[in-house]
Amino acid sequence: MALVLTEEQSMLRDSARGLISDKAPVSHLRHLRDSKDPTGFSKELWQSFAEMGYAGLLVPEEFGGSGLGFMEAGIVTEEIGRTLMPSPFLATSVVAASALNRGGSAAQKSEYLPKISNGSLLATLAIDEGAKHRPLQTNLQAVRAGNGFKLSGAKALVVDGHVADLFIVAARTAGAAGKREGLTLFLVNSKAKGVAIERTIMVDAHNAARIEFANVELTADSVLGEVDQAAGLLDGILDIGRGAVAAEMVGLSDEVFGRTVEYLKNRKQFGKLIGEFQALQHRAAQLYVDIEITRAAVMKALQALDADVAKAASAVAVAKARAGTTATRAVQEGVQMHGGMGMTDQFDIGFFMKRARICEELFGDANYHTEQLARARGY
Amino acid sequence: MGARPPLSSFGIWMLGPALLKYGNDAQKKEHLPKIAAGEIRWCQGYSEPNAGSDLASLQTRAESDGDDFVITGSKIWTSYANYADWIFCLVRTDPTAKKHDGISFILFDMTSKGVTTKPILLISGYSPFCETFFDGVRVPKSHVVGTVNRGWDVAKYLLQHERAMISGMGERGVGRPLGQIAADSVGTDALGRLDDAMLRGQIASFDVDEAALAACAERAVDLAKAGQAHPAFSSAMKYYGTELNKRRYEILMSAGGVDALEWESERSRQGARPRAWLRTKANSIEGGTSEVMLGIVAKRILDLPGA
Ligand SMILES: Cc1cc2nc3c(=O)[nH]c(=O)nc-3n(C[C@H](O)[C@H](O)[C@H](O)COP(=O)(O)OP(=O)(O)OC[C@H]3O[C@@H](n4cnc5c(N)ncnc54)[C@H](O)[C@@H]3O)c2cc1C
Ligand SMILES: Cc1cc2nc3c(=O)[nH]c(=O)nc-3n(C[C@H](O)[C@H](O)[C@H](O)COP(=O)(O)OP(=O)(O)OC[C@H]3O[C@@H](n4cnc5c(N)ncnc54)[C@H](O)[C@@H]3O)c2cc1C
Repeated sequence: MALVLTEEQSMLRDSARGLISDKAPVSHLRHLRDSKDPTGFSKELWQSFAEMGYAGLLVPEEFGGSGLGFMEAGIVTEEIGRTLMPSPFLATSVVAASALNRGGSAAQKSEYLPKISNGSLLATLAIDEGAKHRPLQTNLQAVRAGNGFKLSGAKALVVDGHVADLFIVAARTAGAAGKREGLTLFLVNSKAKGVAIERTIMVDAHNAARIEFANVELTADSVLGEVDQAAGLLDGILDIGRGAVAAEMVGLSDEVFGRTVEYLKNRKQFGKLIGEFQALQHRAAQLYVDIEITRAAVMKALQALDADVAKAASAVAVAKARAGTTATRAVQEGVQMHGGMGMTDQFDIGFFMKRARICEELFGDANYHTEQLARARGY
Repeated sequence: MGARPPLSSFGIWMLGPALLKYGNDAQKKEHLPKIAAGEIRWCQGYSEPNAGSDLASLQTRAESDGDDFVITGSKIWTSYANYADWIFCLVRTDPTAKKHDGISFILFDMTSKGVTTKPILLISGYSPFCETFFDGVRVPKSHVVGTVNRGWDVAKYLLQHERAMISGMGERGVGRPLGQIAADSVGTDALGRLDDAMLRGQIASFDVDEAALAACAERAVDLAKAGQAHPAFSSAMKYYGTELNKRRYEILMSAGGVDALEWESERSRQGARPRAWLRTKANSIEGGTSEVMLGIVAKRILDLPGA
């Protein structure tokens, strides 16, 4: 399949860009941050997302969604990356919707997916427990109790954890931390007894939480997929999330780069536009090349996910690793080339730097994914 | 790998596309079938001792004399000039015009009277290119491709194809994945991982970038088909592809250790690896240097001032 957007995809990009740049420019995030908004995103805007079919973008039409693919989801996250709009799109519409759609029973799908599509249910994956993304190290315990399970342990960096209605929790039902065997996914109502939610204000002013589970009682039908056998399902869900975050990072990098090139064309020092200095020209050109190469790698990964999630792992590892490195470079060059202005909070560039840092950690950083590629290639 | 692709590629990859766009019917009829069949070996007479990156400052003169041009001057770094049958050459036909405006693109037979070549030895120990001298070489004016004094357009168009070709040279690569090649010499630990953690990390980072570049090369072709390609994008690819190929060979040398340093023996296939390693250093020079490629990106794609 060609690595260019189809006409429909270009239209989707244009309408997403129109809505997002109009309703949620970077000043939107700044306002939410400065007013310490308790929700951390605009519910009204989320409703618009639902009406435009974005909330249920990946949800099959039979459950009220748009039935589109990962390429389309990436188009939306790329646009989100351009203005850093805080939105439940990643956690609910990409990751949780994919988890339910791929692993859910008929009953689970018909209970949750229509609500995701109409914007009335927020859901999120609770996976990481330590400082770094290590899915197989999952050690939150789920022990059998009667017909059901009891959950005990804690999760960190649960995206949108303070507002989500539903958690998809990765837990260990057997085996030791580090093993693929013995992982199980559970659907947990955020209001369930024993769930304690602490909203964490992170560097990027987006939404996250730490969640503690103290003997949370679950019925057997809250298992998503198969008991002890969730590793494969989880790989797929995470790769989908990685592809979407990588696309967000492409949007973010491209936006920072565009702003920086504009600055080079306007700021004068030594009686010249600073964009005339070759030292900056070459660095800008290198960054351009980096971004274009990363953009292609991310498109390749999203197409691979659309073709077959189970076979997309290497393409996704390449994309997430590249996106991390490229975004890190883009925001650093962005701040540096803005000189003192780049360091000020009043200027937007810093917001991009902070978000890039979170995106880099989300679902595994560049080192993690480079390591995954080395393992996949057997060396 | 790392050597220029075979001599036939100058015709197929570089001159062919330029003739299709700028050649007249007679020129197409005469040259294209032979290029396709690989019958005639072509060389490229662009660079001169004082006109490298600043190619448009070239001084080789072509003076009008009836139906002919009479060519005098010298070229340098002419790859395979000593084996080539014909040359496509940039000459100055109007010394009074601005430097880009007085250049013509002309084709002639390397056996013409007044053409001599002198091979130059490279650091790889190979001698794939020459100094080329023209002493009053007579060439019919009908051999000019495109318009007289508008040769710079043809030259630039051909360079776009050359750069696209050079950027792809590394991708065809060395066959086996680097990680496996390294395992042969470095060994593996109990988990089957390369027994040199830093080298393993370098190879993995290289593999990430190489896979991403391959996606970008694929996308460049798709964009061209869709009519959305930027004409200067081949410079971006040339820059990245050649720098990456140099990285590949630095890794190969590091992985090979002392074994990769043997220069003359059956065992080392006459030092194939170190010679190829040294040859890759030219990738970011030939066809326009990396710095020149970045300058083109800055000027033509990013539209930066004064670039
Ligand atoms: C935290 C902080 C504390 C500071 N404290 C003080 C202080 O106490 N007192 C004080 O007087 N100042 C202070 N400064 C100001 C500081 O010295 C300037 O920010 C700095 O000199 C850069 O100037 P600028 O911000 O105008 O950037 P610019 O000069 O506009 O530079 C913008 C970009 O262009 C590049 N550039 C500029 N000229 C060239 C060139 N010729 N070739 C290549 N690239 C070029 C720069 O490297 C930079 O990347 C402080 C700045 C910061 C961030
Ligand atoms: C293996 C090989 C094969 C070749 N084959 C051919 C051939 O078949 N036909 C042919 O015509 N030519 C050929 N060339 C020549 C090649 O095109 C030139 O070497 C190249 O264009 C650079 O010119 P130069 O060597 O004069 O270097 P220079 O132009 O002198 O450059 C020296 C250094 O200065 C830098 N530099 C120059 N200008 C700038 C600038 N504006 N900004 C920043 N940095 C700058 C360069 O990047 C380089 O690092 C070949 C070269 C090699 C190495």
